[in-house]
Amino acid sequence: MRDKFAETFYDLGCKDPTLCIIVADISPAGSISKFRTEFPARFINTGVSEQIMIGMAAGMAQRGFRPFVYTIATFALYRPLEFIRIDLAYQNLPVTIVGIGSGVSYSTLGATHHTYEDIAIASAIPNISIISPCDPLEVIEATKWCASNTSGPVYLRLGRAGEPNITSEIQERWEFGKVRCLIKGTRVALITYGVLTSMVVEVTQQFTQNSTIQPSIYLCSTLKPLDYSKLVEILEDYESVVVVEDHVDLGGLGMQIRALNDKSRLRAKIFQVGLNGNFAKVYGTSDEVLDSLGSGKETLIDLLRAINS
Amino acid sequence: MTVYGSEINLKNLNSKSRCIKWRKRILEVSQKVSALHIAPAFSCIEIVDSLYFSIMKLWDEEEQDVFIMSKGHGCMIQYVILEAIGVLNSFDIQNYCKPVGKLGAHPDLSIPGIHASTGSLGHGLGIALGQAHAESIKESDVIVYCLLSDGELQEGSTWEAVMMAANLNSKNLVAIVDYNDFGGLEKMTKGFPAFAPLKAKFEAFGWETVDVNGHDFREIVNAILNRSRQRPFALIAHTTKGKGVSFMEDVPIWHYRSPNSQEYELAIAELTRGIDA
Repeated sequence: MRDKFAETFYDLGCKDPTLCIIVADISPAGSISKFRTEFPARFINTGVSEQIMIGMAAGMAQRGFRPFVYTIATFALYRPLEFIRIDLAYQNLPVTIVGIGSGVSYSTLGATHHTYEDIAIASAIPNISIISPCDPLEVIEATKWCASNTSGPVYLRLGRAGEPNITSEIQERWEFGKVRCLIKGTRVALITYGVLTSMVVEVTQQFTQNSTIQPSIYLCSTLKPLDYSKLVEILEDYESVVVVEDHVDLGGLGMQIRALNDKSRLRAKIFQVGLNGNFAKVYGTSDEVLDSLGSGKETLIDLLRAINS
Repeated sequence: MTVYGSEINLKNLNSKSRCIKWRKRILEVSQKVSALHIAPAFSCIEIVDSLYFSIMKLWDEEEQDVFIMSKGHGCMIQYVILEAIGVLNSFDIQNYCKPVGKLGAHPDLSIPGIHASTGSLGHGLGIALGQAHAESIKESDVIVYCLLSDGELQEGSTWEAVMMAANLNSKNLVAIVDYNDFGGLEKMTKGFPAFAPLKAKFEAFGWETVDVNGHDFREIVNAILNRSRQRPFALIAHTTKGKGVSFMEDVPIWHYRSPNSQEYELAIAELTRGIDA
């Protein structure tokens, strides 16, 4: 994801002289070093100073630039949150906040480097849009959209590196604000987003081999604004809707879909597979850390079996 | 692009007369609301007046300099000047802090002539730096001026911006510190002995820095116009909170409270005597 972001940004930045990137001592390697060499004025490293990374981006956006700010998600969103709220959201400026290593992507670095409350926090602030692509292909489309967006700040929630492409077979084009169907099945719909998606696909395939039902998988890469009409359609069409996310249940997508189900007076059974709200104390792979927080493979398989029985 | 109007007549007035005019107008507005941050505005009146009438390029259609009031609570002085030069109208000022008007106690980007939504301290210099850097990439002649309170130099974000401005060598950035020596609770020098010396701190970060009497029009203008323009520039303007009305000077309650009608009359009388003096 990181590399596709960097490549896409480089390509766009070569053509558009208003694009610039402000990093806080963390940078995607590869294409961004090329960008730095070729366009030194439009690559700014503030050092470990996230507040000023945001403040400068606001000032540059006000003077006609289209800045991307970039660092590890927790330092991109939480550390300078009040600057994001006022300088970017209240002033409503077109700045993209790129958070790398969202969720528990940095699974051996511990809770200081995890970001699993970000959807709730960013959703609560007016004017901010949120995109969490599920694979490198979605990263390309989302980055292009952010670079052409003029309507306000975007939080672009990315993983790390090496995520597989899982959307290459989808006919429907990626669009900001739209839910897409990855696998069409019956009775049970899984809704997910972000780096967790490949795990959801894998688990669903395993489950389908020994089951009479084939669950659908929907990708909700835009977390704000939500694609309410499509989500209502899903709630109407399926008996059970399972929302899987590497985010705490409180304020995540699952809770918002539950609220939509109530508000629309629908009767789908909603299951949330999200994090249990504790800090991770386990180090290992992302799957292992997620399992320790109640949102991993095992939890999802058990749930699907229970729904099926 | 902000459309600036009738500066000519005001430029013919001397700075002292203009500043008395601004103080009287702020006091007039104070009679319509219970609170409006008089003293923080009074300490920077000569500074903001100097910027608008003797320092900034504003009436050049091609390129206008930028002023950011990082100490957003001092915005009454900016409002009354913007009113006088035709950017804001009297209706806006008369309806300060009322639903029918559009002006609140802190500046908002949606207001003509305002270049950043401030009020939360420690934001202005970073935004100013971003604007200055953008203009330097464009190779324009725009200068970005940013007025800071002394209190907001306690914000770490301000020092992030100070260090970064020197890293970028932002020659088109001018910071002015309204050093009235008052924090919210106590005198800076008394409560925070490590706050001084301020000039040495900016210099240590690589800024060109000058100390002036912040109520002396000539000192302010000369220091800013005679800067080397080779580095970011900081003006440490030593000021008095509530300056211009003797019973408000250095008295904490006037940070926020409006005078009652008797106090108002006394203040206006004192300012009027000042014109004749």
